[in-house]
Amino acid sequence: MTELAILWSILLAQVMLALAMAFALYRIVKGPHAQDRVLGLDALYINAMLMLVAFGVRTANTVYFETALIIALLGFVSSIAFAKFLMRGEIIE
Amino acid sequence: MLLIFLLAPFGGSLLVLFFPSDQRGATAWFAGAIAFVCFLLAAGIYPFVTAGGVLRFELDWIPELGLNLTLRMDGFAWLFATLITAIGVLVVLYARYYMAAEDPIPRFFALFLAFMGSMLGVVLSGNLILLAVFWELTSIVSFLLIGYWHHNAHARDGARIALTMTGMGGLSMLIGLLLIGRVVGSYELDAVLASGDAIRNDPLYLPILILILFGALTKSAQFPFHFWLPHAMAAPTPVSAYLHSATMVKAGVFLLARLWPVMAGTEAWFWIVGLAGLSTLLLGAYFAIFQQDLKGLLAYSTISHLGLITVLLSLGSPLAAVAAVFHIVNHATFKASLFMAAGIIDHETGTRDMRRLSGLFRYMPITATLAMVASAAMAGVPLLNGFLSKEMFFAEAIETHLVNSLDTITPYVATIAGMFAVTYSLRFIHSVFFGAPPADLPKRPHEPPRWMRAPIEFLVLACLIVGIIPGRTIGPFLHTAVVSILGDRTPDYSLAVWHGWNVPLIMSFVALSGGVGLYFLMRSYLATGIEGPPVFRLLQGQRIFERVLVTLSWKWARSLEQRFGTRRLQPQMLLLVFLAVSAAAVPLFRRGFELPPLVIRGIDPAFALLWALGIACAVGAAYQAKFHRLFALVLLGGAGLITCITFVWLSAPDLAVTQLLVEIVTTVLILLGLRWLPKRIEESRPEDIPLRVRFRRLRDFLLALAAGGGMSLIAYRVMTQPTPETIASYFVERAYSEGGGANVVNVILVDFRGFDTLGEVAVLSIVALTVFALLLRFRPHPDSQDIPLQQRVQNAFDDDHPDRNAGDSIAEYLHIPSTIMRWMFPVTGMLAAYLFLRGHDLPGGGFAAGIAMSIGFLLQYMAGGTRWVEERLRIHPLRWMSIGLLVAAATGIGSWVFGYPFLTSHSQYATLPIVGKVPLASAILFDLGVFSLVLGATVLMLIALAHQSVRAPRAHARPARTEREAAQ
Repeated sequence: MTELAILWSILLAQVMLALAMAFALYRIVKGPHAQDRVLGLDALYINAMLMLVAFGVRTANTVYFETALIIALLGFVSSIAFAKFLMRGEIIE
Repeated sequence: MLLIFLLAPFGGSLLVLFFPSDQRGATAWFAGAIAFVCFLLAAGIYPFVTAGGVLRFELDWIPELGLNLTLRMDGFAWLFATLITAIGVLVVLYARYYMAAEDPIPRFFALFLAFMGSMLGVVLSGNLILLAVFWELTSIVSFLLIGYWHHNAHARDGARIALTMTGMGGLSMLIGLLLIGRVVGSYELDAVLASGDAIRNDPLYLPILILILFGALTKSAQFPFHFWLPHAMAAPTPVSAYLHSATMVKAGVFLLARLWPVMAGTEAWFWIVGLAGLSTLLLGAYFAIFQQDLKGLLAYSTISHLGLITVLLSLGSPLAAVAAVFHIVNHATFKASLFMAAGIIDHETGTRDMRRLSGLFRYMPITATLAMVASAAMAGVPLLNGFLSKEMFFAEAIETHLVNSLDTITPYVATIAGMFAVTYSLRFIHSVFFGAPPADLPKRPHEPPRWMRAPIEFLVLACLIVGIIPGRTIGPFLHTAVVSILGDRTPDYSLAVWHGWNVPLIMSFVALSGGVGLYFLMRSYLATGIEGPPVFRLLQGQRIFERVLVTLSWKWARSLEQRFGTRRLQPQMLLLVFLAVSAAAVPLFRRGFELPPLVIRGIDPAFALLWALGIACAVGAAYQAKFHRLFALVLLGGAGLITCITFVWLSAPDLAVTQLLVEIVTTVLILLGLRWLPKRIEESRPEDIPLRVRFRRLRDFLLALAAGGGMSLIAYRVMTQPTPETIASYFVERAYSEGGGANVVNVILVDFRGFDTLGEVAVLSIVALTVFALLLRFRPHPDSQDIPLQQRVQNAFDDDHPDRNAGDSIAEYLHIPSTIMRWMFPVTGMLAAYLFLRGHDLPGGGFAAGIAMSIGFLLQYMAGGTRWVEERLRIHPLRWMSIGLLVAAATGIGSWVFGYPFLTSHSQYATLPIVGKVPLASAILFDLGVFSLVLGATVLMLIALAHQSVRAPRAHARPARTEREAAQ
């Protein structure tokens, strides 16, 4: 019974995370500012990380956490690069 | 024994290169010793080749293609090999004194020995293809030898012309030899020599003949391909003495003589070879009279003598073949000594111009005497070896071989050419050694060192002895050589000096007296000092050659490029994609292509939604790529992310990790590049777009659709196929038992397919270096040259407020982020170490770790800027790359030490403190190399781009700063 409940809740969580990613994509497409788009991408990354963790829970396999770890540690690098580009016009001065 | 004989010069050539360049004596001694050993070997082999004996050596090379390393020495090859090695020894001795102190001696002797080796290879080859290989080697090495003084434009041009001509000839000869192989069914020389009738009666005979003759005639500088030889005189004199007396140019006549039993005797052979030989004989001798350069005279005389040999070979009679072989030897001896004498004159007086030289006899009587004897042999004076073979030639010229006009005029042409030969020989001696003492020579002439003259003395002595008692000296050797060519057809011939009063003797006297008379008639003309012969001076082969070359390689190539080439990327991409689509579509249409029905089941709603997002991202990125680059890049990031999740979902965590890291680096890379792209302006109204552009866009869109759609269809077809037993299952089974790792992907990369990986990382480093080199010369578009707008605004704000320093704004904005980013450096380092160490059993590995580490460096650059980072960290991407490549290669080589094949790995576990049990396969060292290389390559490329910002604004920033300082 608990197993079934967990499976269903994970599936629900995944669908909701996917929906969150869809909203982030909506922000990316809609804009209106470039800054909004970059923030949208950042949100997409965070949601993707959570999605991977959820996937790992669902399959009961820790191997997939690795990818989540990398997003957590380094996912912000592209956001930073975008931010710097928008702020200074180039990312390495 | 033959193999040693052949390999000794090449081995010596390699060793000589290691001699220090100031050890002239030792280098020459070593090279001379090698040549002398070869000569002794040749002498030792002699008993095996007498009376038609043949010495063979066989080694399988590529037997499937009929290509064996067959060495074969018969009497004729022996004669040539002896000539090559003997004159080689003498030339080494001579070169020891000739070469100046500032010339790089080891290079000279290395090339010299390599040339000797390739020439020996030509004469010893028992396989036609092997012969072609050595033939090409002689062309290439002679190119390097002629261009030895490469600071001299004449030497470079001469070398280039020689290489172009002989290279073209070599190619044509190779085709001819391949055709022979086709007719005979074997490339072995023995088989070819045994099937002369089959070749002569084959319909392919004429093409074969023309192709091979083109090769042989260009090599032997026969008219009309003779012009490369005079230009090759820019080489150092020892090279000329060797290449143009005994070796290089003789290769052509060697081939003619070698294939003589198979190819000769037909009408076509007679006409082509005879015509080329006769015209060369006459024109070469005629041109030689009018040369002002000593070596030029000798060069044309060489051409003429080669023509004589060619004529003899063209006649198709056995006696003529005997005369040809005899003359090959005689010419080599007297011409080598004459070249050396010319070199001595050049060396001791500083000039080779006959207009400036005169009366040298009183300064160097011994050299003069030697040169006189040698040129008398060249002119064909009795009691010298040149006389004997010339007599035989005259005797053959009179004989009627085939009844036609060419045969009829041969004796007359021969006499006239003999007359010319006397004239130029006389001119050589008279103008150089006699007359008034020289006036304005660069050096005061004197006799050369004792041992520099020794080779000439030896050769001249040989001329005399052979000339006086031919039967006792050269007789048996000549007989051995002739028997090996002619076999049963060997005629009776006599090498005696005196044959009684006969027509050839009268012809000789006519030539001698006529030549002397001609010289005195022409003295006044020659004294005017005009370079080159009358009339023909205007028609220079080399000029024509250059013009043809320019037309071919410049004009035509340019117009071809203009017509069919484009520098714009769009048409190139169009063509490429179009070809790819057609290449895939044609076989699919012809063989039929069925798609299994689409079955939809078990849809995961979250996954489906993710894919919808991914598709939207990808399409959006493509749509926006042209005018909204940043937007497109954001979308691309989204698409990449979805791809990563897909990899995880479909159980490929390895790919996901790598893809994610690459995704991040790529985004940063494109952003770095984005700053330098020129601006694009979107059309304001869609109806303004011209029809042509609309059409082009539609066409490109359809093509892209076809390519993408086709690819998906093929992928779909492949994936719906039931999986057969593939190599994948083999890898999965063996990964742990043989590779010592549980992560199959990593084990494949570093162990099973380690060699591929080594190649891939080598390619990666090449790419990185290319990017680096290209960016060194990068000049930005005018649009993007300025400092970006944002920075200007922020700098202006700093400048306007007196309480702020330059750069305050950025420091304030980035205060918190940059602190975090700097502190991320150890964390990324830790992550990289983690990925690296567990790579062998779990997702990760050297590649992922390398990229993760490079992201750590990138963060530092973004946080602090290029200067800040490079003041604090030692960034040496080039060094990292080379260490990586070396470590990876050394690991592979390491397994040789233990007697295993390249890149065999060994695995065990080791226990480290704190970390715990660590897999310690030797593959981990290999992986370390990959790590270091990937790190270096990534950092190198990114930093090269980043440095553009440091370079470009410097020019702009400097005036601004000085203005400000001036204002203060």
